[in-house]
Amino acid sequence: MRLLLAAWGDRFAPPLTFVALIAVWEAACRLFAIPSFLLPTPSAIVAAGLDIPPAVWLGHIGATLRVALMGYAAAIVVSIPLAVALVSSRFLSRTLYPILVVVQSTPIVAVAPIIVVTLGAADLPRVVITFLITFFPIVVSTVTGLQATPEELIELSRSLRAGRLREMLHIRLPFAVPYIFSALKISTTLAVIGAVVAEFVAAERGLGFFIAFSTSFFKIPQAFAGLVVLVALSLILFRLCAIVQRRFVPWSLPKSET
Amino acid sequence: MSDPPPVIRFADVAQTFGLGERSVVALEDVTFDVTRNEFLAVVGPSGCGKSTLLRLIAGLIRPTRGRVEIYGLPVTEPRDEIGIVFQRPTLLAWFDVLGNVTFPMRHKYGRVTAEERRRAHELLALVGLADFATKRIDELSGGMQQRVAIARALLLDPDILLMDEPFSALDALTRDEMSFELLRIWGRKPKTVLFITHSIPEALLLADRIIVMTARPGRVREMIEVPLPRPRSLATLSDPAFHAIANHIRGQLFALPAA
Repeated sequence: MRLLLAAWGDRFAPPLTFVALIAVWEAACRLFAIPSFLLPTPSAIVAAGLDIPPAVWLGHIGATLRVALMGYAAAIVVSIPLAVALVSSRFLSRTLYPILVVVQSTPIVAVAPIIVVTLGAADLPRVVITFLITFFPIVVSTVTGLQATPEELIELSRSLRAGRLREMLHIRLPFAVPYIFSALKISTTLAVIGAVVAEFVAAERGLGFFIAFSTSFFKIPQAFAGLVVLVALSLILFRLCAIVQRRFVPWSLPKSET
Repeated sequence: MSDPPPVIRFADVAQTFGLGERSVVALEDVTFDVTRNEFLAVVGPSGCGKSTLLRLIAGLIRPTRGRVEIYGLPVTEPRDEIGIVFQRPTLLAWFDVLGNVTFPMRHKYGRVTAEERRRAHELLALVGLADFATKRIDELSGGMQQRVAIARALLLDPDILLMDEPFSALDALTRDEMSFELLRIWGRKPKTVLFITHSIPEALLLADRIIVMTARPGRVREMIEVPLPRPRSLATLSDPAFHAIANHIRGQLFALPAA
């Protein structure tokens, strides 16, 4: 009986907690008569969201998703070879790494307006901004994974005289896969943030634009609805990344997660 | 003297790591020979340079002084006739058991032939894992993983097997079991084995000769012939000679450095 209760709690406690939180939010807003431009009730947010036609939603979601995914893809394509280069060459690591740290230390939100001026108002500046926010964690994690390869495996490789290229392809890169995927998962969220930041600066479509636009007209419930959609988008991308990992490289997951 | 050269020869080898004041002398005046198909154990305290010995033979490092030779030729780079088993199994999680055993072939030549795959199956049978070829690595116990590592080391049919405390990460029971397993495997596939350990009973059970080393710097304190008859079994462990030699080695290891 106790076991049953524990299993039941394990399964239903998380969603129930979530529902309870929403209920408390709704009740508090009504009880204390909080004005909706300060904190709208969940029901008002849902109503505002449903007021927007689905086609309009899809247009905004599509714009944000396109920028986020293009920036994310560019970050992956650049980061992993860059990490391999940094690990392979002491010279590259000594020359490039400080530059990367400087780029990373620059608040991208502050650079975003400059990039928009430089690169124009099309998708390109938004993709670049997303890329800049996304790529650094992937580089760092990949480098960490490549360097965390056990010394014995490197000795095994050297004892077989297999060469640096095979050492990288057969041992170091596969060994880094769990590290790369943890960065890829974090970066899905960062990619959405990047796209939204870019849309705040200059855009005529997208969820970031939608939220900025809504707040400027004091349509706070509508802005919150945009936020909810953004959170859902981030969660879906994160889940997709986890599914890709489970599907294609299941060995990179801890045994408890497979 | 027309004897063939020994399989492994250390001639007055010294190994120093680092430079200047911070340098560490890992080995000094190390001289010994290993003959064909001999099982040689190296026993010594931590930091006596046991693993350095192994890496010198494997050609992973070069001696600071002296000569390390295999079949009479100085070791200048890693050679094909050597298989290594490390302290940890260090298997690759992205291959199944069979893929790990054939990995040296894939890694060295870029492909694995059907012939090698057949050989890998044979080796898995030899180490007692015939039915585990398609298992994931994390489905195996520590002892099983180390068996896979032994099979991997045997894939390219090396003349020399280097083992760096291969059973030290295992629990005591598994460890004894693995020692007998290794004896059985060695009986089926005779090799020149250099076995590094800090366990005196393990060395006695396995080896023809034992090198006892001192620490910092690592020197050969004594070379001991093990007179225990083969094949060795559980009965060997209760042989009075076993305990006599074990006590002798213990005395050597705990004795103050010779004046």
